[in-house]
Amino acid sequence: MAVNYVEIDADRCKGCGLCISVCPKKVLRFSSSFNSKGYHPAEQHDPDNCIGCGFCYLVCPDTSVTVLKETSKAGT
Amino acid sequence: MSVLTTFKPPKALSGKEFTYCPGCQHGTVHRLIAEVIDELQIQGRTIMVAPVGCSVFAYEFFDVDGTVAAHGRAPAVATGMKRALKDSVVFTYQGDGDLAAIGTAEIVHAANRGEKITTIFINNAIYGMTGGQMAPTTLLGMKTSTCPYGRTVENDGYPVHVCELLKETGGIAYLERTTVNTPQDIRKTRKALRKAFTAQLKGLGFSLVEVLSTCPTNWGMNPIEATEWLEENLKREFKVGLFVDKVGDDQ
Ligand SMILES: Cc1ncc(C[n+]2csc(CCOP(=O)(O)OP(=O)(O)O)c2C)c(N)n1
Ligand code: SF4
Ligand code: SF4
Ligand code: SF4
Ligand SMILES: [Mg+2]
Repeated sequence: MAVNYVEIDADRCKGCGLCISVCPKKVLRFSSSFNSKGYHPAEQHDPDNCIGCGFCYLVCPDTSVTVLKETSKAGT
Repeated sequence: MSVLTTFKPPKALSGKEFTYCPGCQHGTVHRLIAEVIDELQIQGRTIMVAPVGCSVFAYEFFDVDGTVAAHGRAPAVATGMKRALKDSVVFTYQGDGDLAAIGTAEIVHAANRGEKITTIFINNAIYGMTGGQMAPTTLLGMKTSTCPYGRTVENDGYPVHVCELLKETGGIAYLERTTVNTPQDIRKTRKALRKAFTAQLKGLGFSLVEVLSTCPTNWGMNPIEATEWLEENLKREFKVGLFVDKVGDDQ
């Protein structure tokens, strides 16, 4: 089993929303809190449905997204 | 249990936060260039020349040697660097005001001489840094601070098509126009950049990738609207595609 999820550097994020708009699984949204720049950063609200496609990473203009994959020993 | 990182920022970026507005695609293109530098393993011998424009501090954002040239003169500075240091990989990064207005002579002659350098040309159809004035690439009818009623042929002539002009110069080895709106476009742009750098590594001549890019701030739109406006308007005037490819498929 593999579990995909993303980490968003909330203080680096400028809240442009491009990652939210391209996510095919609609698992990203704006956070209700503010970051240190005064933007509402993107956050992943539903990691269980992330497929690790990397679209969010690809469109992010501010290198705020890292995509990760957790693998258990039993398989991929 | 182990955790693998499947997508993370490239090593050839310095890690400094970009100074660009939210959603500005200058940052996307910076990342793609750095990814290609990583892939080709040329970080240690790459030198960049930043322009005057919003990307004036671009040399701060890459972990490679670099400098900034006087407005429009990046290809001339890069020519000197490459001729003096033949094993280096030299690229310029230029906006449309920088490259297609004040720097027209430098880019045309660098291309025509077949200088073994690479240019990344960011066409956002406006002078971003200085507050949204008309650029040579501004569309007819498009409103800017210096053509508040819209660009007209009578006053300002036609949008300049840089790739179409340069493709006739003998020294061009690779020339392509792309966009970075969708993940698919972004992958295509990375491929084009890789080929452009490969043209230089193989000593084939001058290479340039023009990227149609958003300027949400001066276009007066949010970042997502700006990508839509680019699709509907900028792409109609500036056709994406491959113009010259002397590299071939053997990368
Ligand atoms: C010799 C000179 N003339 C004019 C300027 C003013 N100036 C600064 S940036 C710029 C245009 C930048 O536009 P562009 O190259 O399209 O870059 P962008 O900011 O859109 O990325 C101009 C005209 C200058 N700095 N130096
Ligand atoms: S990796 Fe794909 S599915 Fe997961 S958050 Fe990013 S865009 Fe959405
Ligand atoms: S694309 Fe990047 S900067 Fe924009 S909202 Fe998403 S994480 Fe933040
Ligand atoms: S003014 Fe335009 S080109 Fe400059 S950083 Fe802002 S959005 Fe980008
Ligand atoms: Mg510009």
